[in-house]
Amino acid sequence: MTSEPVVHMQGLNHWFGSDDARKQALFDINLSLPRGSFTVLMGPSGSGKTTVLTLIGCLRAVQEGSVQLLGHELNGASPAQLTALRQRLGFIFQAHNLHESLTALQNVMMGAQVRAGVPDALARRAAARALELVGLSDRVEYLPANLSGGQKQRVAVARALVGNPALVLADEPTAALDKDSAADVVDLLKRLGAERDTTTLLVTHDNRILDRADRVLTLEDGRIVSGND
Amino acid sequence: MSKLLQRLFGRLPIGWLQLTHKRGRFAAALAGVAFANVLVFVQLGIMNAMASATLRPYAFFDADIMISAGDANALNEGGNVARQWMLQALADPDVIDGTGLFVGTAPWDRGERDVSFSTIGIDPSRFDFLSDGLSPDLDLLQVKDTAILDRLARGLPRDETASIRPQTPLRFETQDRTITAVATFAGGGGFGGDGYMLVSDQTFLAMFPARRSSAPDHILLRLRPGADLDATLRRLRAQISDHSLRIRSLSDAGAEDLRYQQTRRPTGIIFGFGVLIGVLVGLVIVYQVLSADVADHLREYATFKAMGYGPRFFMGIVVEEALVLGLLGFVPGLIAGTAILTLMGKMTTLPLAMTPSMAGMVFVGTVLFSALSGIFATRRLTAADPADLF
Repeated sequence: MTSEPVVHMQGLNHWFGSDDARKQALFDINLSLPRGSFTVLMGPSGSGKTTVLTLIGCLRAVQEGSVQLLGHELNGASPAQLTALRQRLGFIFQAHNLHESLTALQNVMMGAQVRAGVPDALARRAAARALELVGLSDRVEYLPANLSGGQKQRVAVARALVGNPALVLADEPTAALDKDSAADVVDLLKRLGAERDTTTLLVTHDNRILDRADRVLTLEDGRIVSGND
Repeated sequence: MSKLLQRLFGRLPIGWLQLTHKRGRFAAALAGVAFANVLVFVQLGIMNAMASATLRPYAFFDADIMISAGDANALNEGGNVARQWMLQALADPDVIDGTGLFVGTAPWDRGERDVSFSTIGIDPSRFDFLSDGLSPDLDLLQVKDTAILDRLARGLPRDETASIRPQTPLRFETQDRTITAVATFAGGGGFGGDGYMLVSDQTFLAMFPARRSSAPDHILLRLRPGADLDATLRRLRAQISDHSLRIRSLSDAGAEDLRYQQTRRPTGIIFGFGVLIGVLVGLVIVYQVLSADVADHLREYATFKAMGYGPRFFMGIVVEEALVLGLLGFVPGLIAGTAILTLMGKMTTLPLAMTPSMAGMVFVGTVLFSALSGIFATRRLTAADPADLF
């Protein structure tokens, strides 16, 4: 892995609250995600792993330290720059967060069309293909209410992957799923990521996932305590 | 619809899909918009009716200038005008003719209710001051205590007025006299009375003994063909030394009357407020629906925001919803408004009707105010913070 890492974090500190209530959540985090890697970030709740994820995902402003994402420095980036960068990421949430009024296909199309200028027909084809990859070609026109939990999360995976993102950020994607569905979803992420050379960062405290990771990082009280090179 | 919107916006019509997903709420929202439209239509219809009912009696007269007392805001209001001013006006080279005009309210006690007639008295030799076509039977009024009745008067059964002819007149009591209706004409109920009645000046003075022939309520003047109306008005205002008098063209007199009815009479003000309230109700309904919808979808919006959709995308959804509500709510509003106005017109004999200009105005207003509510509602979008999703 000689190419430039997808994410490069150096000396990152982060605080929540202000003035007297200000509390440091992350301490001097240094972290690098090489292209194509599948990294699991573990840690007890409150350890700061979700904060790391939202900082990489351009959903919070970087306060101190440096985060390089796809060669762009996030510290000091404008909201418009952050929005543009987010279009190159794929997000998977703990809940599926599908839009109840849109069919599976339309939900995935929302992922394909986020970048301006993607024609409708193209987005439709890409979305259908992505649903096929997650094994839901027979559920294309279903509304989320008529899909099972595992199927919904697979639609969410298709939505995250349809735009061929450089980086997929997944936050506890298996927490709401039974054992089989959880294994399905993680295998899918792993397999599709490998095929497309997509970098994946998965936050979890689900031990079932660990054996599938290239690397496991553990965070405790805002510090990386194990797994870093 | 969905396909059409998709082509229009160049993206999935999420607003439309979101609205139609909850059919019950969507129907309620459309009913709300329609209701606001009906409110506005009814109030506008009444205001229009007031305008045409107020202006109608002015069309009875064929004259250029009307001189009225300073406090005569409407035809049947205010003091009188001394006949001597008419004589002075006739001295003007451009004024070729003039007559006094009497107006009074005469109630006809019909048992269950009074029908009040705005009674117009004019010298039978000066009936040329009445519009052509008002009635072919004006000559019959030369006989004292005869009248031509308004067949559109409110409270008068049509079959009763239909049989009124010179050979089969209708006698009735008013102002302690027996009046003989020998013919009818098309007047119509207004806001000042149930209808109109034409009589000679002599009959009028007999009906209203307190009035004097030397002091009619208004003076009508006619100008030489080709005369400059404004210049004549200026000269008359300078020559007539009673400066409390209102000397104006007949059409200005009607317009001032209307302005008075709309802005200073309680009825006009109330209907004006009615329009405002209809607009506010519509605004609040659309805002409520949209902001509830935004609140319901904060999670989805936050997800889209995380995926990289910008503020304009969300504004677009909310404005799309506002336009859908405005456009689709207008249709039932127009239908119900037309029906209600027609029904009310039948009941009141006021000229209540849906007019294309009203429909157009309300349509533009609905779309505009819906979009405005939508823009207000987008302020709640800032609450969709994708960082909260984790």
